[in-house]
Amino acid sequence: MTGSATRRVWGLMYRHLALYRRSWPRVLELMYWPVLQMVVWGFVTAYTIRLAADPAVFAAGVLIGGVLLWEITLRSQMGFAISFLEEVWSRNLGHLFVSPLRPRELVAGLAAMSLLRTAAGVGPALLLAWGLYGFGVWNLGPVLVLYLAALMAMGWAVALAVTALILRHGAGAEALAWGVMFGIAPFAAVFYPVSVLPAWLQPVSLAIPAAHVFEGMRAVLLEGRIAWDHLAWAFMLDGVWLAVAAWIFLAQFHAARVRGALLNIGE
Amino acid sequence: METPALLVEGLTKTYRPGDRPAVDGLSFTLPMGATWGLLGGNGAGKSTTIAMLLGLLVPTSGRVLALGHDMATDRFAALARMNFSSPYIALPHRLTVEENLRVYAHLYDVPRMERRIAELVADFDLGAFAQRPAGELSAGQKTRVALAKALINRPALLLLDEPTASLDPDTGDWVRATLERYRADSGAAILLASHNMAEVERLCSNVLMLKGGRVVDAGSPPALLTKYGRDDLEEVFLDIARDRRRAEAPA
Repeated sequence: MTGSATRRVWGLMYRHLALYRRSWPRVLELMYWPVLQMVVWGFVTAYTIRLAADPAVFAAGVLIGGVLLWEITLRSQMGFAISFLEEVWSRNLGHLFVSPLRPRELVAGLAAMSLLRTAAGVGPALLLAWGLYGFGVWNLGPVLVLYLAALMAMGWAVALAVTALILRHGAGAEALAWGVMFGIAPFAAVFYPVSVLPAWLQPVSLAIPAAHVFEGMRAVLLEGRIAWDHLAWAFMLDGVWLAVAAWIFLAQFHAARVRGALLNIGE
Repeated sequence: METPALLVEGLTKTYRPGDRPAVDGLSFTLPMGATWGLLGGNGAGKSTTIAMLLGLLVPTSGRVLALGHDMATDRFAALARMNFSSPYIALPHRLTVEENLRVYAHLYDVPRMERRIAELVADFDLGAFAQRPAGELSAGQKTRVALAKALINRPALLLLDEPTASLDPDTGDWVRATLERYRADSGAAILLASHNMAEVERLCSNVLMLKGGRVVDAGSPPALLTKYGRDDLEEVFLDIARDRRRAEAPA
């Protein structure tokens, strides 16, 4: 990326960061749900431990690990899509699209903002899980970095597709930005292995990058081994999801330019 | 020969197959250093034309060369040297005026950003509210900020949609003087769509009269007044809007 392109990406990021700098409710909102989720599930886990004694010691790590890592995917997707929606809400898209900001730079800016939002949102929850329940997600070892990357990438792929739908349907598609990941979660093997699902549903689950990350996470926590095959599948599927989402986004961006929708989105 | 600011050839836009074109075979050449007006009633095709000139809208046929760049294949090179202002597109309303200018200085890769922002704050008299959120400003203040944003990259081609809409006469006059000064100092070309005929008479050396997506007349304001036998451009506009040609117009 050239210096000018980097600067344009930074310009887009600055537009959001300047807002966060003096809006504590926005910063609080970033942390609110991850912390809430973590607390609720933490207590559920604690209860399970009391009930089931020994094996639940592992289950505790598996469940809390699932909650925390799933939040990465969720926040990554929402951080991206909501940064785009901020432009829709402020009726600013027209100005952005007549500037030299390329679509790929827009996507890079939104992805970078998603990274920062996710770090700010999930970071406190990770620390709280360590303080309250003695579960450090870093117990997964250096492979954690790869898991996080795979989950972020899946979040961006879903967000890119949601953004494409917002380009197509306007703010009417806004609800997808908030809810789409909750619909994927039951099939992503977050809290239970893929084998728990009915046989006919398992191929669907295995086509989701996150399912392989969570299978890998359980392999580390329960068997002490790194499931490289699952990791490879996760990244391969991420590549496919991102490619498909990018194609949908570019197609919808072009269609919006043909229909003249870029000036009217949000109205 | 100097590259024109805009070279438009056979520009046509039909939103749905079978519909009447919103813009129908528009052709013109806007030279550098000139201010032209795009006039027409509601639905005449002004906004559609401007959207195509900016690359926001893909034409059904025809082409636009902006500052020598084909907007179909090389629009980002042109957009870096163009800018646009419209009261109908907002700036992020929770960012302060200065933060907004900074965002666009980054997007347009403006050198010596803080100095340029200080210049614009001084030129547009934004100092009193530079630290206030854009959403809290009056209509006149917002228009001044939008114009400051439109000049952040010292554009060689400036497209303006109703630049003085909703402004009081004093502020409107001030904006027009600022635009005249900018054009004279920079040699930029300006294309403005407006319903304010006095503004068009004052600023524009040439006017394109649009109706039903076509140019139905064109010329300098004095030439149009002579042609239609009118005292001001508003009467010419009404003659065209109501299909009263010169011969039919009341003496």
